[in-house]
Amino acid sequence: METPAVHHGAMFDTNELVINMGPQHPSTHGVLRVVLRLDGEKVVDADVVIGYLHRGIEKLSENRNWTQIILLTDRMDYVAAATNNVGYCETVEKLMSIEVPRHARYVRTILCELQRIASHCLWVGTHAMDIGAMTVFLYAFRERELILDLFEEFCGARLTYNSMRIGGLPLDIPPGWDKKVLEFCMIMGSKVDEYEELLTHNRIWLERTKGIGIISGPDAVALGLSGPPLRGSGVPRDVRKDEPYAAYDEMTFDVPVGSAGDTYDRYLVRMEEFRQSLRIIRQATEGIPEGPIVGKVPRLIKPPAGETYHAIESPKGELGYFIVSDGKSTNPYRFRVRPPSFCNLQGLRALIRGHLVADVVALIGSLDVVLGEVDR
Amino acid sequence: MIDQFVIPLLKIVVVLNATLLGVTYMVLLERKVIAWAQSRLGPMRVGPYGILQPVADAVKLMIKEDITPVRADKWVFTAAPIISMVPALIVYAVIPFGPTIHLFGRPVSLYIADVNVGLLYIVSVASVGVYGIILAGYASNSKYPLLASLRASAQLISYEVAVTLTLVSVILMARSLSMVSIVNAQYNAGVWFAFVQPVAFVIFFIGGLAETNRAPFDLPEAEQELTGGFHTEYSGMRFALFFLAEYANMIVVSSVATTLFFGGWLRPFPNVAALHFLDVVPSWMWFLVKSFVFLYIFIWVRATLPRYRYDQLMRIGWKLLIPLAIANLVVTGIVKVLIG
Amino acid sequence: MGQAIAFYTLAAFILGFAVLVVSTKDTVHSVLFLVLDFLFVAALYVLLGAPFLAAIQVLVYAGGIVVLYLFVVMLVNLKRPPEAHQDPHRRTKLGFGLAVAVLLELGAIATYGMTRTGSPLVVPGTNGPLPGNTEQVGWLLYTSYLIPFEIASMLLLVAMIGAIVLAKREL
Repeated sequence: METPAVHHGAMFDTNELVINMGPQHPSTHGVLRVVLRLDGEKVVDADVVIGYLHRGIEKLSENRNWTQIILLTDRMDYVAAATNNVGYCETVEKLMSIEVPRHARYVRTILCELQRIASHCLWVGTHAMDIGAMTVFLYAFRERELILDLFEEFCGARLTYNSMRIGGLPLDIPPGWDKKVLEFCMIMGSKVDEYEELLTHNRIWLERTKGIGIISGPDAVALGLSGPPLRGSGVPRDVRKDEPYAAYDEMTFDVPVGSAGDTYDRYLVRMEEFRQSLRIIRQATEGIPEGPIVGKVPRLIKPPAGETYHAIESPKGELGYFIVSDGKSTNPYRFRVRPPSFCNLQGLRALIRGHLVADVVALIGSLDVVLGEVDR
Repeated sequence: MIDQFVIPLLKIVVVLNATLLGVTYMVLLERKVIAWAQSRLGPMRVGPYGILQPVADAVKLMIKEDITPVRADKWVFTAAPIISMVPALIVYAVIPFGPTIHLFGRPVSLYIADVNVGLLYIVSVASVGVYGIILAGYASNSKYPLLASLRASAQLISYEVAVTLTLVSVILMARSLSMVSIVNAQYNAGVWFAFVQPVAFVIFFIGGLAETNRAPFDLPEAEQELTGGFHTEYSGMRFALFFLAEYANMIVVSSVATTLFFGGWLRPFPNVAALHFLDVVPSWMWFLVKSFVFLYIFIWVRATLPRYRYDQLMRIGWKLLIPLAIANLVVTGIVKVLIG
Repeated sequence: MGQAIAFYTLAAFILGFAVLVVSTKDTVHSVLFLVLDFLFVAALYVLLGAPFLAAIQVLVYAGGIVVLYLFVVMLVNLKRPPEAHQDPHRRTKLGFGLAVAVLLELGAIATYGMTRTGSPLVVPGTNGPLPGNTEQVGWLLYTSYLIPFEIASMLLLVAMIGAIVLAKREL
């Protein structure tokens, strides 16, 4: 039976409400500001304002020599610092055509994957807490502490590692470290099951994440998304598989790909990535070859004139570095980062439209943005 | 003379003090239980194992500066927390902690009053408590607390309907509105009503979670939301009163659930003579233990479950719980007519 | 004696608050005085031996209907534009007319009430009058006043459906 649509515009005039979220907000995961235009509870449009954490890293690097820049890269995605280091070092090595010894490449792989797990731990904790399941936050951080302990043993720091050098590693892994890593892998497997038990089939979790923030594969590619947001929409792109770096060409692992492109699928993709990372770590740790930790690197690092772009798969997505060297000075001419969080954040506006205010935090968490990376 | 004035007065003093003490220690209990669920310890510094933490909290809140927004409606602003707290406290007048026992040679009933519309009294008083939330949002003279308070109160009155319908099923079973009669009816029937009316109990408990603004229905007061909630402009003791009122409501819901569905002060299997040795535990102790179990479940649920979005919350209340409660009522009625 | 004191005190409060309801300038305060009024009326019911009605008065009126009044008052901006070319004495005339109508109604109810004797409800089949206010009200509603009861329910249902139709954007 057809009912003619009654036009209520004149009777109940709803003004659009403009609400500001952030930059100081418990759930925007950093200093992110989102200006929402609401019609009642529905978000009509969203304006994402960034730049509150801009520290001029790219400009600063023009005045630092190539090794000093490694310190700066730590502070971009401070949740997954080792990955930033690896990406940068590999880019410079690509420009200078330095071969990194296999031992160093294996250790880099292990550290990157440990970092992926640590980053995802933080992601699952904060995402769940935003949606209300506060206990997962504490459990995830408990496991993250184990990883940070491993890192501390290796390079002495817990958050900003400075753990790579151009050509290899600054120091070798301490004796017994690989056994500790394997022990950690054994513990972590059951812990991931614990998180899944609390969330994956929980009806409330499903209602808060299924169907929220759907983005199709082609749209995701058009927006420049990468990492789990892209893979959650069904696009099977992973830099570790498509353009292997470090020791990934010698590892066997699967890349989880979602289908629906909603928050739930992005969640499932990251949960499966936990397990795949554990798989890679086990393979790398058990098969770690002996060898030098640094390749043939000249005393003074002066890459030949030229430019290059190299990307790796950070826990957030495709992390790319573009460096231009003029061949004469010990500083780069231009240092540019392609931060995955920055590009993923572009998708926020498209994802949010039509959803309710309470979904905004779920979506920001689902994209897993780190403001250090977005603003640099 | 003594029976008419002194004894009720003494009972009121005891119950009120016990309630207020219980409410302040609820804060500590919640922090401890949630901490244990999260592999932490909770408050440990103040007093042994953090036992004196509520004292510290109370002192802190009392000496905090009391800020009243300049253009807020002063009378209403002050009255709102009081309106929130008072209904939670006066409900205790009809909750039976035990039967009539003999103390110092006098028969003393372990409840302040046995009103023959006791259950209705509880529901009506609870419905007045909604005003505290609405007025808090209004008196803050700010757009966002007002909207948040209206949302919170809409949630409350929606779930009130579902809860009241489940209570009607219990009334059908007990054939009386008086709380004491309901417990006696469970004694006579030899079974706690939770086992005869499981649907009603579940709906009552879920409704109780929503009525007290507890997780998973605590979106209106969740800090992660834009609107800071109806108590944004409150500080110091007034803020404390709101939260004490919430915990007091929690204790009320637990007590009512115990009385209506779990036999109140009756020991397990009250009619089985073989378990007579269990009678060494006084009746009010059984009541307190059962209420405590419900309070623990409240906290447990908060530590575990994510929270519902507001529209999902309202949908559950109106489209799921109310039809279920009505269906339960109809089935109960039919069974009662057929079996008697 | 005590009952008389109680009655007159309550009556004084009720009337006082009622006057405040219409005389206060602030609409929200007016609604709050109405709530207080209803609560005192409930106390009056208790005094008259009708605890069920008292509880229902609090539950339905004070706790439900006035809450919705409050919602409306808070959400709707009540500043109405001044209407030009209006008879300045219109309100006084309207008020006077309404007051006279209410007075006549009260008189009619009083005379009708005086011609009837208030006897407790006796249910055929039981010994003596029904206990308790709840049972009496229930019995009346489902026997003598069944049809008005059902019509009132239908009225409420129609009102609910009407509200939903008006407020919903798409059906």
